Amino acid sequence: MANDLKTFQPKEYYRKFLEKDVRPDGRELGECRSTVVNIGSITTAEGSALVKLGNTTVICGIKAELANPKADEPKNGYIVPNVELSPMCSAQFRPGAPGEQAQVLSQFVVDVLQNSECVNLQDLCIVSGKLVWMLQCDMICLDYDGNVADACVLSLVSALKNTCLPKVTVNEETQAIETDDKITNNLKVQTTPVSTTFAIFDDHFVIVDPTIEEETLATGIITIVTKEKKLCMVHKPGGTPLKDSQIQLCIDRAIERSGQATKLIDETQCSLDR
Amino acid sequence: MEVDRTSHELRPMTCELGHLSRSDGSATLTQGDTTVITSMYGPGDVRISKEIIDKATVEVTYRPKIGLPKCSDKLKERLIRNTCETVILSGLHPRTGIDIILQEMQNSGSFLSCCINSACLALLDASIPLKYLIAAVTCCISDKGEITLDPDLKQEKKSVAILTFVFDSKDFNVVTVSTSGSFSNEQFQSCLMACREASKHVITFYRESMLKKLSKSV
Repeated sequence: MANDLKTFQPKEYYRKFLEKDVRPDGRELGECRSTVVNIGSITTAEGSALVKLGNTTVICGIKAELANPKADEPKNGYIVPNVELSPMCSAQFRPGAPGEQAQVLSQFVVDVLQNSECVNLQDLCIVSGKLVWMLQCDMICLDYDGNVADACVLSLVSALKNTCLPKVTVNEETQAIETDDKITNNLKVQTTPVSTTFAIFDDHFVIVDPTIEEETLATGIITIVTKEKKLCMVHKPGGTPLKDSQIQLCIDRAIERSGQATKLIDETQCSLDR
Repeated sequence: MEVDRTSHELRPMTCELGHLSRSDGSATLTQGDTTVITSMYGPGDVRISKEIIDKATVEVTYRPKIGLPKCSDKLKERLIRNTCETVILSGLHPRTGIDIILQEMQNSGSFLSCCINSACLALLDASIPLKYLIAAVTCCISDKGEITLDPDLKQEKKSVAILTFVFDSKDFNVVTVSTSGSFSNEQFQSCLMACREASKHVITFYRESMLKKLSKSV
């Protein structure tokens, strides 16, 4: 009976649960799914991390390449994030060129990196005006079960914290580039941006960390990115108009979540070092 | 163009409605020096693959002044589309398509809000049934923490954060937020308040523009 209701009247099904302050998967409205972070999962990459938010899985690998800097910013390196949504993660994606959702997510991650000033691009400079690092950050979604934006940001930040760059010197006389793999430097990550997504259901229920079903039924989505206690992005693309008090509630919850996530990354990082 | 303007005033707005003869609705909106042309078609045909059985499909195309749309324009496009989807009573026109085409003419700051306002004017011009009107206002925070409404390009460059809010005309609740740069919670709240006040002027401007258009045609 319950299954019939879920199939034919999914909204009614969710409403019945939400009125009792619980969700069909047993979570409370303000409860995130269990978060698992595995840092350094890809040994051939300069930095990597696998993040699971419930079923949603994103793996991020960072490859470092040497590149020439732009003429107008001779000291700045590059960070190129790219989100891939292949047909493996969900049937709604087709193989081939990145679709709209993938492009939107990639741009979202680029904006988060820029706004949070997470990595100082000048740290990626080797020889000013000649040689800089280019970090190719590929985030591949393995399982698309809602809230992929949060998983992408979490995986990228974890992977950046794990990134080790080899020492590179340029021989003054011959102009040859010499790489010393034995001496590596950890990439300096200044801040830890954490993204938290909320779905608005039926105009007044605000639920955190939505699954794919909740995302499709939601009447609006709001994403808040925080670094420590500061906000670095509030993104609400349309949807139900929110009252100030509701936005404030989301911000407070996002700051709370930010603390938990930062702690989780740091703990995982520490256990790796030992 | 830049005359004395206090930080809590919007730049002068002008608009022209229905100046394109082939589209169902069109608007050119100028806020200060920022200009956007919007044209819209619909409710009309929609590709079978995009057809939605119980409501209209809203599609937004954004064209930059130079070159092809980039990845960053996709996010903007999505933002405008979701915002327009929210206000259009799409349930009245099932299995149809509503296309909105935005063309950048000049970007002199507060560009996103100009795009959204011009899209709203085009929807009004085409007499598409809407739930309410939307008014977008951009503000920026300078490094000293001062808030400037409707900044131009120079002010945007000097600022540490730029925030764009879209409000509905009914209760002035927040439909859309888009931000760049970092800021504190208090700064966010005060920007929200300032933009909400200013959005009322935008709604008045819509009213005046419609009045002008309707009195002309009689």
